[in-house]
Amino acid sequence: MSDTRTIRLTVNGETGSYTVPVRQNLVDFIRNDLGLTGSHVGCEHGVCGACSIEVDGDIVRGCLMFAVQADGAEITTIEGLAESDRGAALRSAFSARNALQCGYCTPGMLATALDYVEAGGAADRAAIRAHLSGNYCRCTGYQSIVDAVCDVIEGRVEA
Amino acid sequence: MSGPLTMFDTPRAYIGQPVPRADTKRLLQGRGKFIDDIQLPRMLHAAFVRSPVAHGTITGIDVEEARALPGVIAVYTGADIAPHVEPYVGVLSHLAGLRSAPQMPLAVDVTRWIGEPLVMIIAQSRAVAEDAAALVMVDIDPLDAVTDMETALDPATPVIHAEMDSNLAWERTVDVGDVDAAFARDDVTVVERRFRFGRHTGVTLETRGAVAAFDPSEDELTFWYSGQAPHMMQFIFAKHLGLPEENVRVVSQDVGGSFGIKIHTYGDEIATALAAKLLGRPVKFVADRMESFLSDIHARDHVVDGRIAVDADGRIAALAFDDITGIGPFSMYPRTSAIEANQVLNLTGAPYVMENYRANAKVVFQNKNLMCQYRAVGHPIAMAVADGLLEDAAHEIGMDVVEIRRRNLIPDDAYPTQSASGMKLDDLSHHKSLETLVDAMDYEARRAEHAKLREEGIYRGLGLISMVEVTNPSPMFYGIGGAPIASQDGATIRLDAGGGVHVSSSVTEQGQGTNAILAQIAADVFGVPIERVKVTTGDTRTTPYGGGTWASRGAGIGGEACLQAAQALRDQVLEVAAVILQSEPGKLDIKAGAVVDAEGGAERMRLSDLARTVYYRGNELPSDLKPELIATRHYRVTDFPFVFTNGAMAAEVEVDPETGFVQVLNFWAVEDCGRVINPVLVDEQVRGGVVQGIGGALYEECVYDAEGQLQNATMADYLVPMAFEMPDIVVKHVETPTKTSVLGAKGAGEAGTGGAPGAVMNAVNDALRPLGAAIHQMPMTPERVLRALGKV
Ligand code: FES
Ligand code: FES
Repeated sequence: MSDTRTIRLTVNGETGSYTVPVRQNLVDFIRNDLGLTGSHVGCEHGVCGACSIEVDGDIVRGCLMFAVQADGAEITTIEGLAESDRGAALRSAFSARNALQCGYCTPGMLATALDYVEAGGAADRAAIRAHLSGNYCRCTGYQSIVDAVCDVIEGRVEA
Repeated sequence: MSGPLTMFDTPRAYIGQPVPRADTKRLLQGRGKFIDDIQLPRMLHAAFVRSPVAHGTITGIDVEEARALPGVIAVYTGADIAPHVEPYVGVLSHLAGLRSAPQMPLAVDVTRWIGEPLVMIIAQSRAVAEDAAALVMVDIDPLDAVTDMETALDPATPVIHAEMDSNLAWERTVDVGDVDAAFARDDVTVVERRFRFGRHTGVTLETRGAVAAFDPSEDELTFWYSGQAPHMMQFIFAKHLGLPEENVRVVSQDVGGSFGIKIHTYGDEIATALAAKLLGRPVKFVADRMESFLSDIHARDHVVDGRIAVDADGRIAALAFDDITGIGPFSMYPRTSAIEANQVLNLTGAPYVMENYRANAKVVFQNKNLMCQYRAVGHPIAMAVADGLLEDAAHEIGMDVVEIRRRNLIPDDAYPTQSASGMKLDDLSHHKSLETLVDAMDYEARRAEHAKLREEGIYRGLGLISMVEVTNPSPMFYGIGGAPIASQDGATIRLDAGGGVHVSSSVTEQGQGTNAILAQIAADVFGVPIERVKVTTGDTRTTPYGGGTWASRGAGIGGEACLQAAQALRDQVLEVAAVILQSEPGKLDIKAGAVVDAEGGAERMRLSDLARTVYYRGNELPSDLKPELIATRHYRVTDFPFVFTNGAMAAEVEVDPETGFVQVLNFWAVEDCGRVINPVLVDEQVRGGVVQGIGGALYEECVYDAEGQLQNATMADYLVPMAFEMPDIVVKHVETPTKTSVLGAKGAGEAGTGGAPGAVMNAVNDALRPLGAAIHQMPMTPERVLRALGKV
């Protein structure tokens, strides 16, 4: 099981070339090889959304993509978002609303919420809930997350 | 409230305010420190071969191929491990008669549930460890599996533990008043129901995990774990791995959900610690999702036959029930799997005035995963049974369900008093909470609207629940039974040289906001801006002794210890300040990081100057002054077994009679958790709890087949509530502080999970009533609703 390939990719603006086992999934590579442990693993079968990251502008499940498939891709993780201004308003809104408890779902939740906000989504609670419905949160009741997203869309928070 | 003025009668900057948690910043930037984030030099990884059959004799294990795989460092079977671990038995002496069998981290000779660990592989990576696990050959001669708890005690059913005469783990009966006479009265209406509560589980988003490191040069074990009770684990590792207690350090950093799942002792975690000890290298074990479903404790699994008698005025004449609960093949160590049934007996009907009460619980062994304490232990069963029977009885006698509660709830001015089962009750507010609920939900208007919609073929229903909730447990909970589980907690608070304050506390943080409320309390009581407070929790080496987090005790017990310590530090600081400023402690105060005149508030000295003088320039102090700028206080509840809280909740649902789907349209929760330290945190605890309760009511179930095979051990098959199907949840507070502490805080963590299932069940039955149908089984899946309607 030692088949490996060399890939080149850009993660949070940093480009590198890496040799990875062909069976390794993307989120394991990001967490274990790059040490970017902000992205989390909740199920490893594409259901919980904890591993959601941005790959070439799309939100993907890092557990359903192999690292080799990301060859040439541009990836942003929660650490990358934190280093830029992107998502700053959402981060303050999440904090003010206590839209996270243990914080384990949060990296995936934030990526998914940001995707909605940046695409110009409306402050429509049912639509937000539908958009978030692939992300599992066991601690909050989801409501504070919906509140936070609405706060940002309606301009109630400063970044 | 009457009595002398307290600190809570003056405005406070932090306690009672929606102060944001400092921790959220970190977590929102991906800087959390969860178990799987830990990487140590030379760290190895564990994977387990788990039993594929529910019950069987292990006749042979062949590990040679696995051992030969490159990257594999060690392979251990149950027999390899047995000489190094003292077996454990999950019993408590105050639960008279409770029995279980000795357990080992890996099964020896006999396997007793699907998922029981059999072999541990230690390898250079988890992937290699899993490859090796697949190469292990285990021969098992299957034995008959005991899966149906209702027949577990039949003479024809095989007995799981050879040394026992039956599969009964524990039985308890409560019998108060004259129940038979009350049911026989000719002026009462009797309602009888059979309730079923499916098995479900916690599904913490971060699975269980641990990193164990052993330093042979000092004979020291460090165990980082995703869990709730570091000091308990310290004791357990010391005892069962044969180490001096002081040589075991347990650390719990960020925990990705716990809910009681991560408060127990799991064989795979003990085995991980042992492997680190045997190999002298760090070992990591993180359960994958399938392992979590198979081995995280399961919860509930009760069948209850209940009866209620009410008179024509709606007053409860008697309540009686028999409960059977299946706990798997062992009673979980060290908290035991009998506590849930015990709580069902203690709590059922506890909000109501009742003279005649009889309850029997039988706790039985079966060949399924272990069942034990999960959020709101016993509460969902107790509340759904009592309030389910009560609402059905109200309808039988033609009385409104709010009215029947008004007539039976213990009056708000009746405290202190006790429940029918003998629980001491004080500082509760059932009536005020019910009225707050009825107002918040606009009860009458909704009823009228439902009646109108029914004519259009839309079936909506309302269901209520009045509840008590166990919080702030005293040593009467576990300590009395001989378990190494602290009911007291401690806080140390220190003034640092820079003028900041450091709090270290034995309660732990799993996202509920413990660290934030400790900072709020310390900042207000001692007198510094909250940004100057740092909090450490979850490390047995640096925090005072305590119980950690369970049974909603962080704010009520840990918070009170913090308050007391902050006050003690304040006294210490003012004593030193009085000498330096040639004043008297009573004439000084601490505000916003400075010593000020108590009268007028003029600043006299910055705390940083005071601390620097004490720490660095002691020569400037008189030699008879021996300043201490650090104080520790411990707190435990003494005069009550638990400090109960109360709440009232209601659900509004719509049932589709064609598909059997239940949609929760609205949910209201009124919670009286005493002093609210941070309303945002309490609201979100309640909402999160309600959603878990809705999960138990409608979706979540660990489905086993007759052979004891778990049928739905993936997140795709085991349904949990997601954002789309959850309603907005209105939360209201009634504040009746507990007199047992200065802070007056009780817990809020169990409320939603305990109350929501009963409220949802009552609402579904309200919706089904015009269709002549009823359901008393959870989860209320579409298929079961259709069955209740006679459609399938
Ligand atoms: S870990 Fe990828 S979706 Fe759950
Ligand atoms: S905050 Fe814990 S899973 Fe979402």
